Amino acid sequence: MIDVYKIREDFPIFRNQPDLVYFDNGATTLKPQCVIDAVSDFYLRHTSNVHRGDYPVAAVNDRLYDGTRAVIARLLNCGEKEVVFTHNATASLNQVAYGLGKNFLKPGDVILTTQAEHASNLLPWYRLQKDYGIKIEYIPLDKEGNITMEAFEKTMHKGVKAVVIAHVTNVLGSVQPVKEIAAAAHRYGALVAVDGAQSVPHMKIDVKDLDVDFLSFSAHKMCGPGGVGVLYGKYSLLEKMEPVFMGGDMNARFESCGSVILKNPPVKFEAGTPNIEGVIGLRAAAEYLMDIGLDNIHAYEKQLRSYFIEKMKKLDNIEIYNADNVYGPVDFNAKGVFSQDAAGYLASRNIAVRSGNHCAKILHEVIGTDSTVRASLYFYNTKEEVDLCVEACRDISVENAIGIFF
Amino acid sequence: MNEKMSMLNDPAVLREVIMDHYQYPRNHELTKEEGYRSVHMASDSCIDDITVQSKITGDIVEDIRFDGVACTIATASTSIMTELLIGKTKEEADLIIAEYFRMIDHQDYDADLLDEAVAMQNVYKQANRIKCATIGWNAMKQMLEESERQDV
Ligand SMILES: Cc1ncc(COP(=O)(O)O)c(C=O)c1O
Repeated sequence: MIDVYKIREDFPIFRNQPDLVYFDNGATTLKPQCVIDAVSDFYLRHTSNVHRGDYPVAAVNDRLYDGTRAVIARLLNCGEKEVVFTHNATASLNQVAYGLGKNFLKPGDVILTTQAEHASNLLPWYRLQKDYGIKIEYIPLDKEGNITMEAFEKTMHKGVKAVVIAHVTNVLGSVQPVKEIAAAAHRYGALVAVDGAQSVPHMKIDVKDLDVDFLSFSAHKMCGPGGVGVLYGKYSLLEKMEPVFMGGDMNARFESCGSVILKNPPVKFEAGTPNIEGVIGLRAAAEYLMDIGLDNIHAYEKQLRSYFIEKMKKLDNIEIYNADNVYGPVDFNAKGVFSQDAAGYLASRNIAVRSGNHCAKILHEVIGTDSTVRASLYFYNTKEEVDLCVEACRDISVENAIGIFF
Repeated sequence: MNEKMSMLNDPAVLREVIMDHYQYPRNHELTKEEGYRSVHMASDSCIDDITVQSKITGDIVEDIRFDGVACTIATASTSIMTELLIGKTKEEADLIIAEYFRMIDHQDYDADLLDEAVAMQNVYKQANRIKCATIGWNAMKQMLEESERQDV
C-alpha cells in the first residue's frame, strides 16, 4: 500500500494551500514537482520546436517528445507507433469519430453507446448522426450506471459498427466490463472505442488484454500538464483513418496540384506544432504514476472511497447515488438543497467539489436527478480529508448555503 | 433612509429575504396567455435553467413570471426582480437593472432603488455565483431591449 503522507510531499500545492481539501480530481488533478520541473525545464533550459531543428537542443526535444511514446506504450502495453498526441481527451474522441465517419461507416450504420457518457464522447457522434446519417443507440444501464453483459448482448446486433463507451464513467464511476464488451463486439465485427479519461489515471490498463481498438485520455487528469491528450489506436486502423487536422509536420510532401502525401501514424495525426512541453510533462507524470504503481493507486483509492461511503451513509441529510459501486467518485445531494448551493457551502469550508450535471447531460434519464455534488478522489487524498468533508456535509442546509454570502 | 431600508442593513434580515424568496418564490408560474415575451436562459450556465416571461404594454412592465430549476441565488434573485419591476415604467426598470448590475459588479449603488435586491450585495465575493445572481435579471434586460427595438 502507498504512503500517502510521503506522496503528498511531492505536491507543492499542499504546502502552498495547507487548508485545501481537493476532491475535484475528476475535473483535473494536482501536479507533482517532477511534472512541474519537466515543463519548466523546457522553458528554462531547452526550448525549441520538434522535428525541425538541426541544433543540439532541438535534438534533445525530439528525443524527449518522441521518447514519450515509449513511456505511454509501457503504460498501456501497446506499440510506440500507436500513441498519438492530441490536445485533450476531447480532441482524441473527435478524431476517432471523424475518422470512423470518414473511413469506416456508411449511412444507416449504428453506433452503440450509453446515457452516462461525457459530452465529449457523445456530441462528436451526434454530429455523425447529422452529417452522415449514422444512427445512435443506447445500451440500457442499471440504476448505478453499470452496463451488464446481459443488457449489452440484448442491444448488440449486426447493424452496430462501433461501440463507444467510457471505461469509467465520470459521474457515477461505474467501471464497465470493457474486455467482455470488446470481445462480444468484435464477434459482430464492430469496432470498440473507449473513453479512458477516468480510467487511465486510476488503474492499470492493458490495451492488448482489453483488446480495444481506440482509447482516448487527457494528461491533466493523471497529474500531467493541460493541453495534452493521447489517442491510442491499433496501428492498422490508424493507417486507414484520416486526420481531422491538416498542416505542418504531418505531411511528407505536396504539390501545387493539390496532391498530398501524409506521413505515417502517429505523426499523421499531429498537424502543427504540438504541445511539446506538455508531452514532456506527460512523460514525467506517466513515469511518476508507474513508479507508485497503478495497481497500488487503484487499491488505495478503492479503500479510501469505501471509508468515505460508509461515513456518508450515516448522514441523514445526504442522499448518495452510487453507494453500491465499488469505485469512482461519491455522487450525492443534501436533501432539499440544490447541488450548487451545497458545493458553495463546502467551498466555504475549503472543500473543492463539483456540482451540476458534470457534462453528462442525459444521465438524469437514468438516475432521476438533474444535478449532483461530485466528490472525486485521487491517491494523494487522505482519511483526514474525508473526515473533514463528511463533517462539512453534515452541516449542508439551505440556511448555511445562504449564510456563505454574509 | 426609511425604516425598511435600515432593516435591510442587517445581514440576518437579508439572509431571511433570500430564504423566503427561495422557499416561496413570487410570480413563479409561467402563463400561456397572449402578449407575453419569453426568454429561456439555458445557454449561459449548465446548471441553472430558468424561463422568464414578461408582459410589457406600452411603457409599463405589467407582469413578470418565471419558472425553472435553479439554486438559491438564481431563484431568489429572480423572484426579487419580478416583485421589484412589476408595475414600473420601462425607464424605471432600466434604471433599477443598471443599479443592480453595479452592485453585483461591486461598484457604488443606490440601495433605496434596489430595495430587497440588496440581499445580493455580497455575491461579488463568489465570482462563480455572479451568473446565478444575474440570470433572471439578464433575461428581463433582454426582453426590455427587445421591446424597445420593436416600439420604434
Ligand atoms: C469521462 C470523460 N471523458 C472525457 C472528458 C473530457 O476530457 P477533456 O476535457 O480533458 O478533453 C472527461 C473530462 O471531464 C471525462 O471525465
